[in-house]
Amino acid sequence: MDEAHPEPSLYTVKAVFILDNDGNRLLSKYYDPELYPSMKEQKNFERNVFNKTHKADNEIAFLEGMTIVYKSSIDLFFYVVGSAQENELMLMSVLNCLFDSLSQILRKNVERRCLLDNMDGVFLVVDEIIDGGVILESDPQQVLQKVNYRVTDQSDRFTCQSSLICSSQVIQSLSAAL
Amino acid sequence: MIKKFDKKDEESGSGSNPFQHLEKSAVLQEARIFNETPINPRRCLHILTKIIYLLNQGEHFGTTEATEAFFAMTRLFQSNDQTLRRMCYLTIKEMANISEDVIIVTSSLTKDMTGKEDVYRGPAIRALCRITDTTMLQAIERYMKQAIVDKVPSVSSSALVSSLHMVKMSYDVVKRWVNEAQEAASSDNIMVQYHALGLLYHLRKNDRLAVSKMLNKFTKSGLKSPFAYCMLIRIASKLLEETEGGHDSPLFDFIESCLRNKNEMVVYEAASAIVHMPNCTARELAPAVSVLQLFCSSPKAALRYAAVRTLNKVAMKHPSAVTACNLDLENLITDSNRSIATLAITTLLKTGSESSVDRLMKQISSFVSEISDEFKVVVVQAISALCQKYPRKHSVMMNFLSNMLRDDGGFEYKRAIVDCIISIIEENPESKETGLAHLCEFIEDCEHTVLATKILHLLGKEGPRTPSPSKYIRFIFNRVVLESEAVRAAAVSALAKFGAQNDDLLPSVLVLMQRCMMDSDDEVRDRATFYMNVLQQKQKALNAAYIFNGLSVSIPGLEKSLHQYTLEPSEKPFDMKTVPLATTPITEQKTEIAPVATSKLPEKLAPSRQDIYQEQLASIPEFQGLGPLFKSSEPVQLTEAETEYVVRCIKHTFTRHMVFQFDCTNTLNDQLLQKVVVQMEPSEAYEVLHYIPAPSLPYSQPGSCYSLVRLPDDDPTAVSCTFSCTMKYLVRDCDPNTGEPDDDGYDDEYVLEDLEVTVADHIQKVLKPNFSAAWEEVGDDFEKEETFALASVRTLDEAVGNIISFLGMQPCERSDKVPENKNSHVLFLAGVFRGGNDVLVRARLALGDGVTMQVTVRSGDETAVDVILASVG
Repeated sequence: MDEAHPEPSLYTVKAVFILDNDGNRLLSKYYDPELYPSMKEQKNFERNVFNKTHKADNEIAFLEGMTIVYKSSIDLFFYVVGSAQENELMLMSVLNCLFDSLSQILRKNVERRCLLDNMDGVFLVVDEIIDGGVILESDPQQVLQKVNYRVTDQSDRFTCQSSLICSSQVIQSLSAAL
Repeated sequence: MIKKFDKKDEESGSGSNPFQHLEKSAVLQEARIFNETPINPRRCLHILTKIIYLLNQGEHFGTTEATEAFFAMTRLFQSNDQTLRRMCYLTIKEMANISEDVIIVTSSLTKDMTGKEDVYRGPAIRALCRITDTTMLQAIERYMKQAIVDKVPSVSSSALVSSLHMVKMSYDVVKRWVNEAQEAASSDNIMVQYHALGLLYHLRKNDRLAVSKMLNKFTKSGLKSPFAYCMLIRIASKLLEETEGGHDSPLFDFIESCLRNKNEMVVYEAASAIVHMPNCTARELAPAVSVLQLFCSSPKAALRYAAVRTLNKVAMKHPSAVTACNLDLENLITDSNRSIATLAITTLLKTGSESSVDRLMKQISSFVSEISDEFKVVVVQAISALCQKYPRKHSVMMNFLSNMLRDDGGFEYKRAIVDCIISIIEENPESKETGLAHLCEFIEDCEHTVLATKILHLLGKEGPRTPSPSKYIRFIFNRVVLESEAVRAAAVSALAKFGAQNDDLLPSVLVLMQRCMMDSDDEVRDRATFYMNVLQQKQKALNAAYIFNGLSVSIPGLEKSLHQYTLEPSEKPFDMKTVPLATTPITEQKTEIAPVATSKLPEKLAPSRQDIYQEQLASIPEFQGLGPLFKSSEPVQLTEAETEYVVRCIKHTFTRHMVFQFDCTNTLNDQLLQKVVVQMEPSEAYEVLHYIPAPSLPYSQPGSCYSLVRLPDDDPTAVSCTFSCTMKYLVRDCDPNTGEPDDDGYDDEYVLEDLEVTVADHIQKVLKPNFSAAWEEVGDDFEKEETFALASVRTLDEAVGNIISFLGMQPCERSDKVPENKNSHVLFLAGVFRGGNDVLVRARLALGDGVTMQVTVRSGDETAVDVILASVG
């Protein structure tokens, strides 16, 4: 049993990324400078992970010596990466927090178009959950509070946009049905 | 024009990506509106988002353009739009490394960090610390200290985490914030607690006492954060490991109590910590295993995965402890997550009975193509373990492995399979031919040079001794025709071994060799020419020395000796016996298959321990002229643990002398020891020539002193001796705090335990891959034989173990493993006696009433033979 105890450290998350259903990167952050230092290696890794995970919604995988927890929603894939020794449940709590926070910001429309339209919010959410690999917050309510879209100006914009998307979707699905 | 989200865009379909066709230059152009007054927050926000998006996609920004955009961005601090400000912080962090003069935003950030808007304060601290260096950190130190103890959790957390990032760069500054972090640790907010604990540990981790105090405090106070609990468990288990604390320690109790925590994350962390502890007994494991068993039926895939992965680890060492979970594991073998299924099956293979093997193997073959390479390696490891446990199953396994070998897969995976097949071949002689046949087939189409050369080496070793060696020649010669240089060279070496062992194949091998001499590569040609000439001599001794058993010298040692020889050319030919021997002979035992998470670091050729000693000793003038270092022993403790002074001795053997190196540590912080020597009184005719004192031994800094002893010339068989040792030194009392010693001291001495020199100190282990060839090579000029009765030994295993450790020689041909249910066994040992002569021992053991042993010793030198027989008697 060569795998030693995990070194006591707050640096839990090695990387987090969101891909679309073609495996394209929408957002990704690597927190360990020794892990895939170049953009090419990172995209390679993402491609590899995507290929192994997009078919079956299995929640957890082990690839290239890394534990990866993931979740998908419509046309989006969310991934959180940790070391082989990492507590899988800690990674899960990060993934769940990320997903739930985004779900609330996007008014439950966790899909690609809506995510891209609110990219600033997505960047801010990720920034509030993980800082340099350290879990900064794991409670979605706290994250939302910290990102703080004020009812007056900000959340207004999001409601308006997401409702627009909703309506455009409704129209599309209706026209498709017709 | 600026692209904006308007209605048309929205309706153009949900498939399009508003960022898809972004042009960096266009976006930077747009960034000019940052300078417009009044600021339009909505548009600026969108542009900043685009910039961050581009950076995230890996777009390269030149320093000039990045700096320009950065400076334009700083103007946006005038706006009070919250999201815009937050995006500015993000931009600062993203651009910290690509833009110049980012420190111009320091004052704006400092203002935000100390301002009234709580929403800004946390993120501002994090952005500020990202652009701060050690000198600037001191300027904001006051604010950081205040922020750490701020009552707003997000501010405190941000300050703590940023401090942690800064530790790497400015340890000395951050160290001064320990008291603030301490205060933060008692916060009510769970994240603040966690971050404070992390920072405190990081600052104190080199001070074991402080860590222990901290643990003591927090385990009692009861934290609320599950993350903090996980962290505490990790710290506790690390401390347990370092202090080798027993499992009755309060730390272990704490970890065990966490098994009853109400949060699954904590329970799992505790179970995993217990499982990973070295020397855990089955009873201590039981509670951990039973919580893991519960997790196996969890609806959460991650939890099932975590549980079965950990159980798999337990099964490696304590298969019986996991048997209780067999039923739960059976339910997982059809899990839709193939990783979980694979782990469940491989665990069952370790814990289940022989009868279930076939069924499980069938199950796993049904989806082996779906799982990732990492898990395929896990499967191979399980098979490897299984073959050792149930040798009769090797045919099923061999079949499975050969199928896996044909599938696609990366290097690690293929290597694991090849290693596994090789170990099966070595364990089960009857599987040798099938195994070799599979490997032959594999190298026909193998892209990995390392594996091909490894297999060729194995073919050369094992092939000639099979009933029909000729069938392997074709496979080997195909390599010479088709492959790269390294493989061709390995193939030539393998061919030579066939020619040397089998007289009837020799003519054909010579013909093939002749062809290889025309190869385009130097190395291949050289090898072929060399082997050709050796083989043509048709002498057993030459074959043994140059074809079967290679060099056993240390390679760095050889390099150094040859270099030395070229510097001082002499009439005498270079003597191989002056080269130090390799200390760790290439083990014939099964190579450990690397763990799943293989490190990606390339293996470095580190100088061996003995090469390091050789270097150290050569730098001491008194030890020059002793010749090459022959052997260095493992350290021997000469004091009890936890005494005032800790002394251990390493015995260095030279041709006619021995050097004793005493590594001493002074554990008293109020004493400085000077002129430390260890005085030695030999029981035999050994003569102490020199003492080299350690000049001074301050508190807890190890130092070494040496004694040089001449071995008795007149009686070369006197190999064992007992020395009574006394450490003598000058004590100077000193102030424990400053380490300032008093002016004068006094002489004192300390009695150490006796030091034994035994026959093993005079013999270096050497592996002879082909023992019988070596046996013939040495010849029977000085052969002696004697029979002994070992009355006190009960089993053959025990006898073999005793002989090996007593003589300190290398077992060959895997003869250190006694097959089960046998009453007799032959043990082959090889070594080199001080002075450079090979010594070979053949011990025939028979189990009757006690063990009877017939020892035959051969060597090129009579003394060595006498020494061994005399010492065994």
